[in-house]
Amino acid sequence: MRVMAQMAMVMNLDKCIGCHTCSVTCKQAWTNRAGVEYVWFNNVETRPGEGYPRRYEDQDRWRGGWTLNRRGRLTLKGGGRLRKLLTIFANPKLPGIGDYYEPWTYDYETLTDAPLQEHSPVARPHSLLSGREMKVSWSANWDDDLGGSPGLGDRDVVLGRVSEKVSLEFQKTFMFYLPRICEHCLNPSCAASCPSGAIYKRSEDGIVLVDQDRCRGWRMCVTGCPYKKVYFNHRTGKAEKCTFCFPRVEVGIPTVCSETCVGRLRYIGLVLYDADKVLEAAATPNDTDLYEAQRRVFLDPNDPSVAAAAERAGIPRDWVEAAQRSPVYALINRYEVALPLHPEYRTMPMVWYIPPLSPVVDAVRDTGHDAEDHGNLFAAVDALRIPIGYLAELFTAGDPAPVDRVLRRLAAMRSYMRDLNVGREPDEAIPSSVGMTGESMYDMYRLLALAKYEERY
Amino acid sequence: MSRRAELDGPVTDALVATRRFFTRGEVSPDLRVLQKKGGRQADDFYRGRWAHDKVVRSTHGVNCTGSCSWKVYVKDGIITWEAQETDYPSVGPDRPEYEPRGCPRGAAFSWYTYSPTRVRYPYVRGVLLEMYREARARTGDPVAAWAEIVSDPERARRYKAARGRGGLVRATWDEAVEMIAAAHVHTIKEFGPDRIAGFSPIPAMSMVSHASGARFVSLLGGAMLSFYDWYADLPVASPQVFGDQTDVPESGDWWDAGYLVMWGSNLPVTRTPDAHWMTEARYRGQKVVAVSPDYADNVKFADEWLAPRPGTDGALAMAMGHVVLKEFFVDRRVPSFTGYVKRYSDLPFLVRVEDGRPGKFLTAADLPGAEAEAENAAFKTVVLDAATRRPVVPNGSLGFRFGDSGVGRWNLDLGDVDPLLTLADDAEDAVEIELPRFDADGVLRRGVPVRKVGGHVVTTVYDLMLAQYGVRRDGLPGTWPSGYDDASQPYTPAWQEALTGVPARAAARIGREFAANAEETGGRSMIIMGAGVNHWFHADTVYRAFLALTTLTGCQGVNGGGWAHYVGQEKCRPVTGWTQLASALDWSRPARLMIQTAYWYLHTDQFRYDPFGAGAFAGATARGTLAGRTTADLIALSARLGWMPSYPTFDRNPLDLADEAEASGREVADHVVTELKAGRLRFACQDPDAPENFPRVLSVWRANPLGSSAKGDEYFLKHLLGTGSSLRAAEAPPHARPKDVVWRDEAPVGKLDLLLTLDFRMTSTTIYSDIVLPAATWYEKHDLSTTDMHPFIHAFNPAIAPPWQTRTDWDAFQSIAAAFSRLAETHLGVRKDVVAAPLLHDTPDELATPHGRVRDWAAGECEPIPGVTMPKLVVVERDYPALAARMGTLGPLAERLGGATKGVTFDFGRAVEYLKRKNGTIDGRPSLVRDVHACEAILALSGTTNGSLAVQGFRTLEKRTGIPLADLAAGREDEQITFTDTQAGPVPVITSPEWSGMETGGRRYSPFTVNVERLKPWHTLTGRQHFFLDHDWMAELGEQLPTFRPPLDMHALFGEPRLGEHGDLGVAVRYLTPHSKWSIHSEYQDNLLMLSLSRGGPTIWISDADAARIDVADNDWIEAVNRNGVVVARAVVSHRIPEGTVFMHHAQDRLIDVPLSETRTGGRRGGVHNSLTRLLIKPSHLIGGYAQLSFAFNYLGPTGNQRDEVTVIRRRSQQVTY
Repeated sequence: MRVMAQMAMVMNLDKCIGCHTCSVTCKQAWTNRAGVEYVWFNNVETRPGEGYPRRYEDQDRWRGGWTLNRRGRLTLKGGGRLRKLLTIFANPKLPGIGDYYEPWTYDYETLTDAPLQEHSPVARPHSLLSGREMKVSWSANWDDDLGGSPGLGDRDVVLGRVSEKVSLEFQKTFMFYLPRICEHCLNPSCAASCPSGAIYKRSEDGIVLVDQDRCRGWRMCVTGCPYKKVYFNHRTGKAEKCTFCFPRVEVGIPTVCSETCVGRLRYIGLVLYDADKVLEAAATPNDTDLYEAQRRVFLDPNDPSVAAAAERAGIPRDWVEAAQRSPVYALINRYEVALPLHPEYRTMPMVWYIPPLSPVVDAVRDTGHDAEDHGNLFAAVDALRIPIGYLAELFTAGDPAPVDRVLRRLAAMRSYMRDLNVGREPDEAIPSSVGMTGESMYDMYRLLALAKYEERY
Repeated sequence: MSRRAELDGPVTDALVATRRFFTRGEVSPDLRVLQKKGGRQADDFYRGRWAHDKVVRSTHGVNCTGSCSWKVYVKDGIITWEAQETDYPSVGPDRPEYEPRGCPRGAAFSWYTYSPTRVRYPYVRGVLLEMYREARARTGDPVAAWAEIVSDPERARRYKAARGRGGLVRATWDEAVEMIAAAHVHTIKEFGPDRIAGFSPIPAMSMVSHASGARFVSLLGGAMLSFYDWYADLPVASPQVFGDQTDVPESGDWWDAGYLVMWGSNLPVTRTPDAHWMTEARYRGQKVVAVSPDYADNVKFADEWLAPRPGTDGALAMAMGHVVLKEFFVDRRVPSFTGYVKRYSDLPFLVRVEDGRPGKFLTAADLPGAEAEAENAAFKTVVLDAATRRPVVPNGSLGFRFGDSGVGRWNLDLGDVDPLLTLADDAEDAVEIELPRFDADGVLRRGVPVRKVGGHVVTTVYDLMLAQYGVRRDGLPGTWPSGYDDASQPYTPAWQEALTGVPARAAARIGREFAANAEETGGRSMIIMGAGVNHWFHADTVYRAFLALTTLTGCQGVNGGGWAHYVGQEKCRPVTGWTQLASALDWSRPARLMIQTAYWYLHTDQFRYDPFGAGAFAGATARGTLAGRTTADLIALSARLGWMPSYPTFDRNPLDLADEAEASGREVADHVVTELKAGRLRFACQDPDAPENFPRVLSVWRANPLGSSAKGDEYFLKHLLGTGSSLRAAEAPPHARPKDVVWRDEAPVGKLDLLLTLDFRMTSTTIYSDIVLPAATWYEKHDLSTTDMHPFIHAFNPAIAPPWQTRTDWDAFQSIAAAFSRLAETHLGVRKDVVAAPLLHDTPDELATPHGRVRDWAAGECEPIPGVTMPKLVVVERDYPALAARMGTLGPLAERLGGATKGVTFDFGRAVEYLKRKNGTIDGRPSLVRDVHACEAILALSGTTNGSLAVQGFRTLEKRTGIPLADLAAGREDEQITFTDTQAGPVPVITSPEWSGMETGGRRYSPFTVNVERLKPWHTLTGRQHFFLDHDWMAELGEQLPTFRPPLDMHALFGEPRLGEHGDLGVAVRYLTPHSKWSIHSEYQDNLLMLSLSRGGPTIWISDADAARIDVADNDWIEAVNRNGVVVARAVVSHRIPEGTVFMHHAQDRLIDVPLSETRTGGRRGGVHNSLTRLLIKPSHLIGGYAQLSFAFNYLGPTGNQRDEVTVIRRRSQQVTY
């Protein structure tokens, strides 16, 4: 056992209001400068939707992440080192600026400076890259709230994989938001792709960084990252990425995106894991077993042998305590409601998500499901609008069972709490039906609902 | 203690000292991943980027309910970025907290500071400036120069026609301010001070900035324009039902609800920092229902989504009411519900049945014997006592609120009386009454049980409600629904399905669940409602149908229950102090406060384009009193009866009017009445197109009406400003023109002489302004912020000094005042001003119109008596040379007359003494020279921030009500919140009679808890919540009871194409203008961050089906056209939009990537969202002088609704030009 500590994040998508405050505060703090105009270390995608950059999840095209070779060994999907060196000057698997978006600004000054003229002055868009006038036709978040949805069925990579029929029509509309930052993976394919050795994982907290001195701008990391969360600064010629706000985290302040998350849905915490098991877990044969495999890499910080091993590994006692109180660990391993994003990329991502509930589909509600069953007012999980298959393709490599389990836990929590809310006797059968006790369900409720500052971070 | 001082989460604990581990050593412990220790030289770039010199608390100032406290980061004297403060006082261990508050728009604010859209210097239109400089040099007198230009038709036309066409040039502050002063002085001298207007909305989020110009305008006698009604955010149902402007729960109280309906309110977008309370309350077992025509952002969080067709929400609510009445009142009587409505609503009160229709409330004046002779008998309503079956006059009605006999009796204590809810059990008779319906032609004929009381046939409001809602009881005549599935009869679930598209079963089930939850939880069912329902022409009827649900189920005045109206309602918690400063009541009273909707309806000549009369809005049972009159005629009527304010008031300079009176030796009131009766003096609103009645000067700050709120934008451009417009409408044909109001054949263009705007960024208003002054931003000044969404007050602070030549609003208006007073020395001097003031709410003026019977002195129906049948006439001294000095000090009327809010008068004696010491004095008066002084004054003169005033106000109220109240604030009696306190962190406000709820003991604010728990009456006729309104005009409109009125039929009214019709200019669709995700009104829609996260310019959302119909693909250029104007935008095509409806998110200025329209639609710059809307005034909003239907500023007045509009939309040539 080689104990290592990892800073990790959980985002509760069931609380995300899609406001993009995280994106703006992050951008204002880190990337509102020349060379990275198009870069959003943190972005929020409406799902279903194409994402940013467009169709980044299409690894058949971008070849990001890891795969298993014929011998079952882990290998970069984009090819090995040799292959990378051969294509170093002409990497075809990079998203173009059009796949992100061509950043622009306006000639605002004309609003003040315009001479006397026939029509009122107007500020027109100009490319921040070429300086030329342009018609804006794609942005950092073009398909927000299902904008431009006709044809979406072909453009959302995940939607294309969902086996059940999903029809994009008014009556059956569904959507939710997916905020994304760098995953600070346990098995980062960006680092493995870097020919210069410039990307490293901080051994004390697992934050993945680009050494700005060593980066030579080969951009293999951009290809290697299946989440497309490494960006190329076209001014400096170096790669840049989310730093997990290490200058803040080091002095005890949460990341910008977390502290400013007005939906209060982000949790940051330390997780202890066994570094010796990462490779094995990442090489788990079946994609659908990767979620469980990654969970097994995490160590129980309350286990005395883990604490002892951590001490041997030089992890201080207060860090172990932090891991014991970690909301991230609780949501992933104790309550088992958080899931990894695209575990099939085999990077062992460390930003996890609680999948969202959604309104029931009227048609289903009115045929059979009694919404007032158990007097709890809540409908059955399988009548929800967001297809479980869609969530499964995002979080569990297509296996609906874990997603279904999480949604049932959330629904059960609401039922259980409703009795308490209206002053009835709590029904202990509800938590036990989802494998929990009343006490643990109540604790989970406090963490999810009250989510005090001190408990989120 | 601030959050920063107690960072103690597990991560932060662990990481505070992590740098101790950061050594230079590198390790690469496995082959797969390079691992190195942190703290490397290469990371310095990010450490340097994060480094900053200081963090300053501030917030964003206007037009957003957030009132979020922010950390503004400063490095090397430059504002770098902002992030939310997280140091709100805790709301307790078992609730979420208010931290963090903020949204992406606020987070993008600092972009403005140094952006190229920043207004850095004073600007004047070059054409005007040249003329002015020339005339100024020649005449040597600024006032003479201004007079010469505006009086010369050719020169005036020339600079007015140049408005909005570029050509702004820099001027100095001195020169700009001199021009502004000259325009004001000339206007006052030539036309009168009431030809000057100021507009700045919603003070709560920057009270001092608002008060700056308001104080200037009020001191000189100009009219401050209302905003809440103008924005259509005022729910007129609130004054109608509650007698209150609006009072709503803080967002933390959503947590308390067991059942939450979000109805026309898209919380994640419009209440971004509060939305988490909803998402989190679900985990507590709250059921959430979303009612929205589209799959809006909030629908995602709901358990169920009901999607009524736009504008039909009232039908759904009426059907739910039908279910609630049937199942919880008739089939089964829920004791808590009946107990509640008997005590807190007008349901048990007796109503006379006359001519087969509901008539007037039975009052003590209608009873035999001594009761009829009692003081204010006509305002004391009557119930039947269940025990004695005798009529009883319970405490608490309006008749007890004023006059000696009511002392100690204005309360809801029923004593031994058990009011009879229905007469059904022992009716003497049952009569069929006629009730209007609006979903179809004809009337509803339904029976009510009646008795005779005092010779009058009466029934109860409850019995009328059952008739209205169609809840059948045995033995009553009339036509009734056979059951829920009877679609032919209003207001059943099946009936609503045909109108709304919501399945009948769903409507019934949600209504039932709402009430069942209220029954089980003691009233913790809540409806969050917003602009989606409130911006319709008949929104007041929609809201009354909602409020029927919350009141019937006993939810109002309960934490976690009742209505939660969120649009524009921002609560200025220290309202008494703000009013004192903003209206300059410390120097002169009353201020001229104008209903803005009527103001622009007349002054932008929109009244000329109404081809129908006011009778078009009448119900089927109307007697016809509105017929043959136009809306403009009704505005004139409302003005001359003193119902609503009207400025300019007379067709004569009110300063000259005072002089004339003095010369004639008559009292001013006598003189005015005499002149009016003789026909020598007329109300200005009777001839709005006469040059002497034009508004001449308009100052705008903290606002952008031409890009945001100006319904009928193109009418403004044409008639008010005299510049190019895309107006396409035809004027009313002769038979449809006003009768009382003069019709001039030639409609004037360019009425306004000066449009002045103070702003920090370029907007649709600045580009049309004659003078633009550079304003400091929210990060560059001191101010105060509150909201109703949370119970705290907190500060603005300058992160940097105002850069370039910008000035704070407080500073700028003092500069203007100084220049004004200099010119006034020679041109104005000290004058007397005749102010016509309307009959006011919360004063004895409410007793002016017994039974709401309308009498018009001009028609000889009564005598003109100021303050009774016409406006009050008050003489105010205007010491114009002293105006600047008065701006900067707190005047003596503060302690002499005190301040009044909602009928409670506060004595400011101690507070003024305190302010003298706190702020220092000038000529013996407390200084208001600095913005910080103004902050301290606001804090000291309000009960919410000065505990001794709160207690004092409650003691005053105790005398009238006879019930203990002062204990609500006693625990904080010694507390004076100072500006320094608000700089340190958000401070909880103090419970005060200025509001209807209580924060006492740290509980969450919910409105009307004082009324319910302490039996304090509502400020209505009965003193209870009203289901029934008996004013003459309410009967004419057919809206005595909650009802359903469909959206206006723009085809019938204006000849617009019918919905779905496809013609040359496109397909006709409903045109909605909801609030945007990427802006707060027009602010931020020009912000590069928001534009990069959205579509980079103006857009219209359209359904995939409609897009296919007109061959539009996503991002195609489209044009939307109707008689009001043209919009050019790009299409956002989505299946989440319902077919037949398009959304243009409101307040997308015409400045960002807006091309010219096609030649056939005018070839001018494409418009703003309001280029397709216009003002339409609902007659009932003009009612005044009667109980809760009496004017107060932003409390009652016609709304600037804009949801009923239709447009045709088409794909246009994709080759756009600019």
